[in-house]
Amino acid sequence: MGPVHTVYGPALLCAGAGCSQQFGAQPQWIWFLSSSYVGAHSTTLMPTVSKGDGMRGLAVFISDIRNCKSKEAEIKRINKELANIRSKFKGDKALDGYSKKKYVCKLLFIFLLGHDIDFGHMEAVNLLSSNKYTEKQIGYLFISVLVNSNSDLIRLINNGIKNDLASRNPTFMNLALHCIANVGSREMAEAFAFEIPSILVAGDTMDSVKQSAALCLLRLNRTSPDLVPMGEWTARVVHLLNDQHLGVVTAATSLITTLAQKSPDDFKTSISLAVARLSRIVTSASIDLQDYTYYFVAAPWLSVKLLRLLQCYPPPEDAALRSRLTECLETILNKAQEPPKSKKVQHSNAKNAVLFEAISLIIHHDSEPTLLVRACNQLGQFLQHRETNLRYLALESMCTLASSEFSHEAVKTHIDTVINALKTERDVSVRQRAVDLLYAMCDRSNAKQIVAEMLSYLETADYSIREEIVLKVAILAEKYAVDYTWYVDTILNLIRVAGDYVSEEVWYRVIQIVINRDDVQGYAAKTVFEALQAPACHENLVKVGGYILGEFGNLIAGDSRSSPLVQFSLLHSKFHLCSVPTRALLLSAYIKFINLFPEVKATIQDVLRSDSQLRNADVELQQRAVEYLKLSCIASTDILATVLEEMPPFPERESSILAKLKRKKGPGKLPDIDENRRNVNGSSEHSENTDTTNKVSYVLNLNSSPSTGPSLLVDVFSDSSTSASVDVSEDNFSRFVCKNNGVIYENQLLQIGLKSEYRQNLGRIYVFYGNKTSTQFLSFSSFVTSSDILKTHILHCLIASYPIIEGGAQVQQILNIECVSDFTDAPVLNIQFRYGGTLQNIAVKLPVMLNKFFQPTEMTSQDFFQRWKQLGAPQQEVQKIFKAQHPMDTDVTKAKILGFGVALLDGVDPNPANFVGAGVIHTKSTQVGCLLRLEPNAQAQMYRLTLRTSRESVSQRLCELLGEQF
Amino acid sequence: MMRFLLLFSRQGKLRLQKWFTPIPEREKKKIIREMTTMVLARQPRSCNFLHWKDLKIIYKRYASLYFCLAIENHENELLALEVIHRYVELLDKYFGNVCELDIIFNFEKAYFILDEFLLGGEIQETSKQIVNRCIESSDMLQERW
Repeated sequence: MGPVHTVYGPALLCAGAGCSQQFGAQPQWIWFLSSSYVGAHSTTLMPTVSKGDGMRGLAVFISDIRNCKSKEAEIKRINKELANIRSKFKGDKALDGYSKKKYVCKLLFIFLLGHDIDFGHMEAVNLLSSNKYTEKQIGYLFISVLVNSNSDLIRLINNGIKNDLASRNPTFMNLALHCIANVGSREMAEAFAFEIPSILVAGDTMDSVKQSAALCLLRLNRTSPDLVPMGEWTARVVHLLNDQHLGVVTAATSLITTLAQKSPDDFKTSISLAVARLSRIVTSASIDLQDYTYYFVAAPWLSVKLLRLLQCYPPPEDAALRSRLTECLETILNKAQEPPKSKKVQHSNAKNAVLFEAISLIIHHDSEPTLLVRACNQLGQFLQHRETNLRYLALESMCTLASSEFSHEAVKTHIDTVINALKTERDVSVRQRAVDLLYAMCDRSNAKQIVAEMLSYLETADYSIREEIVLKVAILAEKYAVDYTWYVDTILNLIRVAGDYVSEEVWYRVIQIVINRDDVQGYAAKTVFEALQAPACHENLVKVGGYILGEFGNLIAGDSRSSPLVQFSLLHSKFHLCSVPTRALLLSAYIKFINLFPEVKATIQDVLRSDSQLRNADVELQQRAVEYLKLSCIASTDILATVLEEMPPFPERESSILAKLKRKKGPGKLPDIDENRRNVNGSSEHSENTDTTNKVSYVLNLNSSPSTGPSLLVDVFSDSSTSASVDVSEDNFSRFVCKNNGVIYENQLLQIGLKSEYRQNLGRIYVFYGNKTSTQFLSFSSFVTSSDILKTHILHCLIASYPIIEGGAQVQQILNIECVSDFTDAPVLNIQFRYGGTLQNIAVKLPVMLNKFFQPTEMTSQDFFQRWKQLGAPQQEVQKIFKAQHPMDTDVTKAKILGFGVALLDGVDPNPANFVGAGVIHTKSTQVGCLLRLEPNAQAQMYRLTLRTSRESVSQRLCELLGEQF
Repeated sequence: MMRFLLLFSRQGKLRLQKWFTPIPEREKKKIIREMTTMVLARQPRSCNFLHWKDLKIIYKRYASLYFCLAIENHENELLALEVIHRYVELLDKYFGNVCELDIIFNFEKAYFILDEFLLGGEIQETSKQIVNRCIESSDMLQERW
């Protein structure tokens, strides 16, 4: 009955190993290979008999389509067929089941070719009620592939499914269950979610139906968890782990794993059953499990599923169970050392799949040092394996192993192999994993070696991964820099080797660091000066060079080889080759030179005065030239020195490069916390007066009507009781007391980042929503609510809403805040969206705290104590004594107090170990002066925090907020 | 879980598409385009795994056909390769020396076999015998009626 297949195409599977790679050598297949368009140039042979039930008409149609020589011909043929089918469906004569099936199948084929189908759904639904299996089957297939939410149809489909589920015919029941699992819509969940659990646990259900029911339930639980009731069945599902039929156990394990991820406590009993089952599998002889043995590996799918289920839990507490599990894991590790039972790649893949999953579990438990080290050694062997896949996976798994304290050192021993992989691997994705691993295993001891290797790899690296390597090098160089001259060298090297891939974040960062560390400024100036000597240097180097020489050129001006005039000429020789933003930056460097070196003032004024500057077509350049020239002419030396003073140190913050890397690695995983440095002029110069005024007006605009972003103002004061049932996430709330930027919330789907700016009693929060998945979020909405009391104390409004957030995309919202009077509570950000059919509700407490409205106040020791005494009334002081929760590091504490918003006053407290601060809280109605004192006791690991303000509520709240930070 | 399975030829012609999560048609076409270009551009003897967005793409070529399976990040790559292989074996057992044309002309059978093997993005039955018995018996059912 079978056709002679070899005449019309190569078999997918061949007896000889690796035969698929040789495909194409046999002459009789050439026509098939060479056809550029489906089956053009030669008539396609058609199978004489198709398998199972022949649908001759369908085969002819498919064959016709394949013989079409152009897209137009194909469309013509399809339109002809569609017209034919439409007339058959509309015709007076009732179609018999076979014809209906054939036409529905043709429609399905047309749809799968990529054409729209707008009829035939009804006929497909009719097929569901046929008592012929194949007709029913085609009906279900059509619906599974082409489901649409036509409500009438859904009712009819559900009716068909209901009948088949009730039929007690296992094949029909399976078809119905498959359809529910394939479509998985909410309507189906509503109709069947109650019924399926009972099918699953009923004693008389056939094994194959149980399997379908388990996975069907799993699907509904994923798409509409609210509709799948937990209940008595859940306990019985766990016992399916003991079922005789391994297929049932496999399906049930998938279901249990998903349920256990959501509510681990309810499925704790599955741990011991899973360990027992796993133990029986790994100790079984390979023939015991009959058809569940796959290329001499006992039940690999089930083993992996069980190991994954165990990864939902910490190591078992029960000692016997724990040692049984350890035995299993050891057995799996031992088997990896045994000689293979087959040369087939399927054997080694299945065996190693189990091994890698076991290693994942070992890493997840992170508690057995011997197992961790064994795992690491095993992966080390794979690093040099001849199979590319294994090398790739070993590099990947080692990345996670590198973060465990038990195995970090063991991972580091493989550094040479990994570096070698970077140099010799032919596949870019493997090299990428090698870069990842080097990054993960880097610490102070090997940073210089790793950074040097990455830099040299960068010279030849694939363009697709250059930017990521640049970011990684920049981060490692900064993180592990012992002396900052190395750091400066590294970054300049980066710009030299891969200037185009050095993003703004990277060169902003080197400038921040040089400005903040005076021990490296002279070296930086010398190094950039030397680097700029190169005849062709990257524009990014000109930017860094311009900025650094503008600030610190005086440090090298003593040497006649780098005298002020030489420095200026060098910079100016690059000017004409640069883009507008760089030129703008250079002009700022020039005006800084006028201040640093009066002797070159005339030369620079000549340059600024030239037509190419003063009449430059670019408004920004022209404005800078005019203003700088004027400034240099009319301002006295003192004023110049004040206006053009050296940049103050930047506030310490999370490296923006790190943020960028995170964002690159997973789209939408972190907000751009660096935006405020890219000001309106598009340059990085933020010292200039023009910029400052711009910023001020920006901030003052806060409460006027929104001018940016899509419109649609969400009314935040509307009653939004919908969120009442959602738990409000406060996990990261307290981390924002002393900082304004970062990730406030993250789950598997969504990441919410914040970037906030406050000035006096006004604040603006940029909220970034990152879709971490590859699927769209639909009907995305967000609004802010506050308690009734809070509403009278702060005002807020939220701008912009997004009906859809694409997979991987990030969108931004702006929230404006005004502090009316002092407050203790915090507003809540409510988010709702649909993901894969499920409504997601998230509520996050927004870190809007009273201390955000602080303005720091500097004062002398005398003033401080005078005011301290004035605020001596008992209700004005609040004191808290508490144990240190973090290491007592002076610098960290200082940074936290500054981040809290007050000025840190040096030399006020007679005891230098104590910290004293002062600031004013700005609200719309009033200003509240505030003094604080923090006394660490290193011996007792305790702190005493004292706050004095004119208002009891303010003292109380500030003490609560700050008291949790140390 | 598995997210989707695509079968396409060396010319980039799609032969089978199975989506385990609801995705709008337009988005599907975009993904298909991306997958075919990405996989067909790979050099021979490269590794079979790729990162794509938050998913892992596992692909393997059998004669003229590429099998391309997308799995979630924590899933096992090697086993996914064997999911593909088991599916090819199931097709081979059913058609006898299966080739691309079998799948073109009997696409509905290819879907039926897949439904017996994978369901809702998870493995349903790994035993070759059981799946084949299932498919054969449904063919018998048809012949009897």
